[in-house]
Amino acid sequence: MATLLEVENLQTQFLTSAGIVKAVDGISYDVEEGETVAIVGESGCGKSVGALSIMRLIPWPPGRIIGGAVHFQGKDLVKLSDAEMRHVRGRQIGMVFQEPMTSLNPVLTIGLQLTETMRHHLGVTQEDADKRAVDLLGMVGISDPARRLKQYPHHLSGGMRQRVMIALALSCEPKLIIADEPTTALDVTIQAQILELMKGLTRRLGVALIVITHNLGVVARYADRVNVMYAGKIIERGRAHDIYHRPSHPYTLALLKSVPRMDQPRKAKLDPVQGQPPDLTRLDAGCAFRPRCAYRAERCEREFPSLDTVAPGHVAACFETARVTRLEKVAS
Amino acid sequence: MSAMPERAFAAPHAGDILLSVRGLKMHFPVYEGALFRKVIGHVKAVDGVDFDIRRGETLGLVGESGCGKTTTGRCILQLERPSAGEILFNGKNLAELDRDAMRAMRSRIQVIFQDPYSSLNPRMTVGDIIGEPMKVHGTEPDRAKRDRRVRELLHTVGLNPRFADRYPHEMSGGQRQRVGIARALSLQPEFIVCDEAISALDVSIQAQIINLLEDLRDQFNLTYLFIAHDLSVVRHLCHRVAVMYLGKVVELAECDELFDNPMHPYTRALLNAVPIPDPEVEANRPHQVIQGEVPSPINPPSGCVFHPRCTLAVDGCKMSIPGLRELRPGHWVACTEV
Ligand SMILES: Nc1ncnc2c1ncn2[C@@H]1O[C@H](COP(=O)(O)OP(=O)(O)OP(=O)(O)O)[C@@H](O)[C@H]1O
Ligand SMILES: Nc1ncnc2c1ncn2[C@@H]1O[C@H](COP(=O)(O)OP(=O)(O)OP(=O)(O)O)[C@@H](O)[C@H]1O
Ligand SMILES: [Mg+2]
Ligand SMILES: [Mg+2]
Repeated sequence: MATLLEVENLQTQFLTSAGIVKAVDGISYDVEEGETVAIVGESGCGKSVGALSIMRLIPWPPGRIIGGAVHFQGKDLVKLSDAEMRHVRGRQIGMVFQEPMTSLNPVLTIGLQLTETMRHHLGVTQEDADKRAVDLLGMVGISDPARRLKQYPHHLSGGMRQRVMIALALSCEPKLIIADEPTTALDVTIQAQILELMKGLTRRLGVALIVITHNLGVVARYADRVNVMYAGKIIERGRAHDIYHRPSHPYTLALLKSVPRMDQPRKAKLDPVQGQPPDLTRLDAGCAFRPRCAYRAERCEREFPSLDTVAPGHVAACFETARVTRLEKVAS
Repeated sequence: MSAMPERAFAAPHAGDILLSVRGLKMHFPVYEGALFRKVIGHVKAVDGVDFDIRRGETLGLVGESGCGKTTTGRCILQLERPSAGEILFNGKNLAELDRDAMRAMRSRIQVIFQDPYSSLNPRMTVGDIIGEPMKVHGTEPDRAKRDRRVRELLHTVGLNPRFADRYPHEMSGGQRQRVGIARALSLQPEFIVCDEAISALDVSIQAQIINLLEDLRDQFNLTYLFIAHDLSVVRHLCHRVAVMYLGKVVELAECDELFDNPMHPYTRALLNAVPIPDPEVEANRPHQVIQGEVPSPINPPSGCVFHPRCTLAVDGCKMSIPGLRELRPGHWVACTEV
């Protein structure tokens, strides 16, 4: 498979009264054509800012991309003009957000929002756009699409609005969709409907997907590869199977161990990740996870470990990965 | 089906019932018109719910948004006046208590809310927030003693007693939730309604609070009604589970029995929709997605309220409302087709 997107040492910061927030602190990853890549990590670790940086949607002030590159179809998105970037957004990269009400325009009908986008990006006639809009709503499982096109977002349920967002994201046949917590606000049966829909459509249309979520179950069900973030950095990456069954970073391990499982009877008390998430304005040169880390060593105080290969296609940023994997083997 | 797996903690004795909910209904009127408001219908938020909670037990109450979980909890807390039915606490009907008895009762039943941000008064210090119920109920009128008790409570929930002088906005979500828990404990309640008590917290903090709730349960022999939409947490923490759909309990069973052997078609669909954090399990698991959305509680479907989305539905399901039947010992299901 060919590489579709390559994020290289991307850095985004916010200037706040508390100091400089290093929200995204030099992340690199890639996405292959048609692949589903997950970004996971706890609240505030920089998942959304990372995605918004790719789309160049970071508000200045207070935020700014201060370094790095985003290679996509032969271009560096970080260097594009605003006009060129507007063409990429919507046309080549679609987005689905957690709260569709913030991204759908409340005063325009569903139909107008869909057809505007298609006419703008694809240059099709209103008639063709109307026809395509009906097809798209049908494709995302909305019954009676012709009637729905005349409705406003507030007429629809949360699940249905999210379907409209997906239709909108797909409307210009993008190569990539970035979905930021696409189902977090939804009930679990509706979440399953939406995720199955996204999986089916992306597979069928060969669209790649970056899915941002804190739900480790969603990742296990849908992702090919996983990037685990902590305090603005990617600290582990690998195929979903390897991340779940051979975690090599202490944070990934702790995260996986802290969640109860619905498919197994309770065994013992949970083993929580200790301590609090870090303050992104006070990061030093050492490893940001070390105050909470069970494998902390002296070196972790001074140096940030680089992402090194632990197995083919599997990297982790920890000096103690050998100890982590060995002890895990003994434990299981 | 093999014997039920042994749980890591003992289920409370079946005979000792602390709280009973009997035929509970809560119908909210829906109005139309600005000047002459006219009732045009009712939201049947809770529509005939029965269950018992044993002393020391944690009963999970699950189901999707709007199915009536919070309303059930609010009726138990006497924050709503039910349209029908009764709540018995230690065998006494709460609706029939006089004011003094009700006041005393209120201290024995407490609540922990989902949102630690909005449920704590931002202008009060953490110490005053935790001490307030003791002041209001007059259980600890002496300021110095109350402060000592506040520090004790902070320690109990795993916070440094120095936090007493801070304000809620100076704390993290997990810390704020601990404050909410300390406050709920301040009157030494017997029974706590936990309404989505951990839902707003980050995954890495959730486990800390789950463990805390468990420790407190053991330490103070607390009884919980644990309202949650995260079924994994419910399986971990609860002894028994009730599944609600559109204002009704459709299934109720011991925890492992419910998760290992769900019988109601809705429960089955609900459990199937929850993704398991293990790619291998997920790859080998059939995914049958339930169609459609939850209908409006203003005009619920006739007969079995689940029939429009049910794969097992037959004509009869549109007509008669199925009651809960005990299909296996302690396992109650409201469906005629299983
Ligand atoms: N407009 C802003 N001004 C200042 N800081 C910001 C701004 N937007 C984001 N941040 C900070 O950047 C960091 C990363 O935020 P981001 O929204 O990417 O987190 P996230 O991983 O998406 O979290 P969540 O799971 O809660 O959505 C956080 O510490 C956040 O406080
Ligand atoms: N005061 C009220 N007036 C009118 N309708 C109400 C009122 N309170 C709740 N409802 C309705 O009753 C139904 C049940 O609401 P409830 O809050 O109990 O659901 P829930 O199961 O707690 O949902 P969630 O998981 O979203 O918290 C909903 O349709 C809700 O809109
Ligand atoms: Mg986010
Ligand atoms: Mg609720």
